[in-house]
Amino acid sequence: METTAPAGRSTYRPPWRLLIGAALVIFMAIPIVTMVIFGDVPMPTSIDKFKEFTNRLSVPEVSLTFFFTPLFVAGFVFYKEWTKPVVAIPLGIVFTIFYFGSMVIDANYFAILEKPDNVPISMMLFGTGFLMWWAMRQAAINDENIRQGKPLLEGSKDDKVLVWPDLVYTELICIVIASAILVIWSIVLRAPLEAPANPEGPPNPSKAPWYFLGLQEMLVYFDPWMAGVVLPTMIITGLIGMPYCDTNPKGNGYYTVSQRPFIIFNWMFGFIVLWVVLIVFGTFLRGPNWNFYGPYEPWDASIQPAMTNINLSDYFWNGENLAGFGLGVGLPENMWLRELPGIIFTLAFCFGLPVLLARTVMRRMYLQMGALRFYFMAIHFVIMGMMPLKMVLRWVLTLKYFIYLPELNFNL
Amino acid sequence: MLGKAWNWIRTSQVWSSIFRHGIPRDRRTRVMAIMSNVFLHLHPVAVRKSGIRLSFTWCMGGLTFFLFLAETISGVLLMFYYRPVPEYAFADIIALRAHITLGLLREIHRWGAHAMIIAIWLHMMRVFLTGSYKPPREFNWGVGVILLVLTMLLSFTGYLLPWDQLAIWAITVGSNMGKATPFVGMQGPFTDMVQLAGVPLVTTKSDAAFMLLAGTSVGENALMRFYVLHCIALPLAAATLIAVHFWRIRKDGGISGPL
Ligand code: HEM
Repeated sequence: METTAPAGRSTYRPPWRLLIGAALVIFMAIPIVTMVIFGDVPMPTSIDKFKEFTNRLSVPEVSLTFFFTPLFVAGFVFYKEWTKPVVAIPLGIVFTIFYFGSMVIDANYFAILEKPDNVPISMMLFGTGFLMWWAMRQAAINDENIRQGKPLLEGSKDDKVLVWPDLVYTELICIVIASAILVIWSIVLRAPLEAPANPEGPPNPSKAPWYFLGLQEMLVYFDPWMAGVVLPTMIITGLIGMPYCDTNPKGNGYYTVSQRPFIIFNWMFGFIVLWVVLIVFGTFLRGPNWNFYGPYEPWDASIQPAMTNINLSDYFWNGENLAGFGLGVGLPENMWLRELPGIIFTLAFCFGLPVLLARTVMRRMYLQMGALRFYFMAIHFVIMGMMPLKMVLRWVLTLKYFIYLPELNFNL
Repeated sequence: MLGKAWNWIRTSQVWSSIFRHGIPRDRRTRVMAIMSNVFLHLHPVAVRKSGIRLSFTWCMGGLTFFLFLAETISGVLLMFYYRPVPEYAFADIIALRAHITLGLLREIHRWGAHAMIIAIWLHMMRVFLTGSYKPPREFNWGVGVILLVLTMLLSFTGYLLPWDQLAIWAITVGSNMGKATPFVGMQGPFTDMVQLAGVPLVTTKSDAAFMLLAGTSVGENALMRFYVLHCIALPLAAATLIAVHFWRIRKDGGISGPL
């Protein structure tokens, strides 16, 4: 969705980027300042205090809300600035020192990182980080060129070369390098093998393979039918349907952000924050009983998870929760009546909200795309939005389920 | 002397029956080199300069394919040694490490699998960020998504085969999801409603998880099932779709680029 300024209007634009930047800094500073001043989180003045500080701030409710999400937004808004080598290289160096340096100062962290099956996760992190930089750098250059009417980095379609030798030799070199890396990796690191299978004794924690841990992390907030069946299915249908929904003809075959900001923001948010970051949480920071542990915290199997979650129907019909809001009449006998508030909410969220969006903020998009495309996109969009929504509601209101129908095994 | 021998080889009947063109030195022979080789002709003869730059594709699709081949080769070699029954599976994995020269097969196969997952994600991210799924490449993106699913399933089914604690419990966590499938999983929503004249159609012996595991928990039947899926069904499906994927890249006009 590009916006072209109508001719004849004032060209004054508020300094949006500056304002967003300031807002993000304040937003990110909130938990640090409040937890240090009003809570018992120490200032990171010594190594031990730094560890405590990091552990306390890394819990998902703080780090996802006040760290990863704003950081992602900042990375998107300021992609022209941070991708400049003078900024990106120091950033990369600082992150690398922090990431690997932590192995020196903490045995728990060391134990997590050197687990053989976790090594690919480090590779994924650095690979994704580096390639994101490369892509965003080229997008920044291209966007600047587009603005100035200059040609793109990718050149024009008449610029052709023969496959032999230009491509086949590149491929050959890639094969040789990739083989070498794979063999060296295999020599240096043995494949993990634990005790023989014992159907009686599950390890604690029991984890799915790492590439599914984003979904297993979702099990904290959703029941298995949602986290393990509906969400993955919708990821697949959403991905397959995406090319048919994205009717924006621009940005086909070259790196750009400015010509397709909406889809890049949302897709990358899903991939980076809701997939990659959650995998890191699931592998590195979830310990026994699926409890959350900071990166420098020892895993302790005796800690039981706190279970004080409340359903939406409790909130609605009972009075004592949520500072006395609610009807205070007790749960109705009839299960449908009991769960009516949740059912209405869910229907409104999944189907009403798309209609509302089509009529209001996304009206232009709706007209451009047509009903079928729009609603396909919008339903996937709001269901993806349900993930962060439910997470936040869990953290703030200890909400367990919108709909709680154990009679039908239907809990959402 | 050497030149003479080389000349003799090149003019021999054997050589010219294999290579029907001269050394690829000029435009004509270079084109011939691509066109007259069944593998190389997966490529077009000429491509956009931008499309083959490392900065554009990061070679991630190619790397995914390379890893697929590496997995296929190391996987076939592993099949010589591995027996998919609980009595032997774990012992065979130990033996692979202890008794086989260079003993790296399992390592190559496992790390290659992890790397392939990462590479395919990054390939998808590249295709997304360059907008290369837009017309006329919508269908090939869809083929790619199925390949993504197949790759993750390949990795998932392979995870069980070492038959250690890591393996069975990871697969247990994963396949428990099958039990929760709406309508067809025993613990899934609405499954109780699926009945015919009062007789439930979905039982622990016929639900989605049972179909996946051939049992109610991860046991020897599941091992056999995963083994066959892992070594035959899924690789065949993936290989077929990769062929479609590559063919479509050509048919869709080669690697994408600005118009
Ligand atoms: C086994 C898995 C896969 C293999 C071996 C593979 C291989 C390749 C190769 C070699 C290319 C040429 C350009 C490049 O290297 O980037 C390519 C292009 C492409 N791939 Fe894949 N790919 C796989 C999975 C996927 C997935 C998961 C997607 C998307 C969801 C995808 C979508 C595409 C598209 C749309 C193109 C055309 C890009 C363009 O023209 O710029 N592929 N693939």
